[in-house]
Amino acid sequence: MSENFKTSRRGFLRGAAASTALVAGASQADTPDPLITEVQDWASGLGEGVDATPYGLPIEFESDVIRRNVEWLTADTISSINFTPIHALDGTITPQGCAFERHHSGAIELSKQDYRLMINGLVDTPLIFSYADLERFPRENHVYFCECAANTGMEWAGAQLNGAQFTHGMIHNMEYTGVPLRTILEEAGLGAAGDLADKWVYVEGADASSNGRSIPMEKALDDVLVAFKANGEALRKEHGYPVRLVVPGWEGNMWVKWLRRVEVTDGPVESREETSKYTDTLADGTSRKWTWAMDAKSVVTSPSPQAPITHGSGPLVISGLAWSGRGAVTRVDVSKDGGKTWETARLAKPGEKMALTRFYLDTDWNGEEMFLQSRAMDETGYVQPTKAQLREVRGLNSIYHNNCIQTWWVRPDGEAENVEVS
Amino acid sequence: APAFSEGYGLGRAALPEEIAAWDLDVSPDGTGLPPGSGDVLTGEEVFADQCAACHGDFAEGVDNWPKLAGGWDTLADDDPLKTVGSYWPHLSTTWDYVNRSMPFGAAQTLEPDDVYAIVAYILYSNDLVDEDFVLSDENLASFEMPNADGFIVDDRKETEFSQWVGEPCMTDCKDTVEVTMRALVLDVTPQEEGTVTQAVAEPEAAPEEVV
Repeated sequence: MSENFKTSRRGFLRGAAASTALVAGASQADTPDPLITEVQDWASGLGEGVDATPYGLPIEFESDVIRRNVEWLTADTISSINFTPIHALDGTITPQGCAFERHHSGAIELSKQDYRLMINGLVDTPLIFSYADLERFPRENHVYFCECAANTGMEWAGAQLNGAQFTHGMIHNMEYTGVPLRTILEEAGLGAAGDLADKWVYVEGADASSNGRSIPMEKALDDVLVAFKANGEALRKEHGYPVRLVVPGWEGNMWVKWLRRVEVTDGPVESREETSKYTDTLADGTSRKWTWAMDAKSVVTSPSPQAPITHGSGPLVISGLAWSGRGAVTRVDVSKDGGKTWETARLAKPGEKMALTRFYLDTDWNGEEMFLQSRAMDETGYVQPTKAQLREVRGLNSIYHNNCIQTWWVRPDGEAENVEVS
Repeated sequence: APAFSEGYGLGRAALPEEIAAWDLDVSPDGTGLPPGSGDVLTGEEVFADQCAACHGDFAEGVDNWPKLAGGWDTLADDDPLKTVGSYWPHLSTTWDYVNRSMPFGAAQTLEPDDVYAIVAYILYSNDLVDEDFVLSDENLASFEMPNADGFIVDDRKETEFSQWVGEPCMTDCKDTVEVTMRALVLDVTPQEEGTVTQAVAEPEAAPEEVV
């Protein structure tokens, strides 16, 4: 079996489908199944002891459910991106170990002992906190998505990468534990800042890139979290250990990792990451700046190019993710004919604000080709646009904030391809 | 929590030396700049030593590394080239970013005068100053960048939301659906082990880089 472990799940399932093709539906087996009629090793011998794996990884059969990078996207792998295997996941919580990474000078190693957080600028008393100090403030727990501003960015000019992991995988969704930024700012005292309406905070990381960003005070005092736990445990090194900023609904770049300083300022710093980068150029050559919120978006994760249909016609679960940076997802529609007709999908749970929402359309596939699309709506009434609608307003060179409707062309053999349709 | 209405008493006061060590950011009005200066010719030497291996002798960029010069009047083109000269709105950002985060792999090793000189050289490489130009904390904030007026604040609420709200079409939404673009034709997706390559044709165009 060990050689089989190295093949992808897709290859594995293809083989399985070929050998059990007649099992689909309520058909009758001709011969008894030896997996049932013969005593298997695991039903007779012993498995691993409880001391074998103090901290476990997924079973090797799932070895294709991993982060992947695309070499040609960046000059090197240090200031670069990788992708969450959303095609293979279900539910909404992203396992931290395969949740995407985006660094500008690599994933640094910063211990809790060496960690310091500075609050300075227009505050009554500039303060230094140790990691232990942060754990003594009252905590909150929230689930939020973190989506890179560039997610789906390679698709502006056309259908480029063949898989939901690559087209939509610059995203993860975790349950964060942390202290509201408001609490920490108030500890330093905001009296010195005067009228808070026109004030900003500048946040930066401890890494060489610093990733400094300016955030208006209104957002800083609303729902921004100084987080130290994700999905129950400490942040992973690559996600900002020991402390990161969580900025609900806003572009991932602002979720500053290895957070070391928060400065209250009179105005935006207009740092590199909010001038050269994370500004969106329109067709006429002018560019939008401060496009913070991530708009309503969705994608069918299965079937998709990396998750083809291997079971033939009959019952089919069409599954996907929807999210909005402006509130809760209220509805997702799915089309099987490229947008001619739509059916409203079932939300696995009611949508939560600024968090991933899982949707399902339980359907009966007749074995004919499909052009699968999903269309999210959020509580503001906003309906996820087509790529043509987005291009109409923005042109082709916005780079960031591509929340267009995605199309997968599913063919009779069950294989799926990333396409654009008229 | 009434007992803590005056705060929790956590943390300690930051010392001036500590703030000075970490608070390095420079705003468009020049706030945060340290005293110092540097000229183009000095910058050319420092740039050759510290920057040119990746960014090229003339800031034109090597391989996939960022181009810092060129691209004037290309922002409305099909393939805009965004550099310090063609795109960046404030000179403060260049000083701030070079000072804090460059050279890549050895950040925060430059003296302020070196940073002034490097930024002066980048301006020169963009044909924005003559070779006798001297940049300093006195004149940096008043330097006008070509694309200073090229940015607007996020206007999605006005230009997009009004179009894309309300009950969407559910049936008979369009007559025909035709494939206009296919990822497999471009064939630039990393292949997973064990899968069959399904490319149907040679790549038609270079893939679009984003990150």
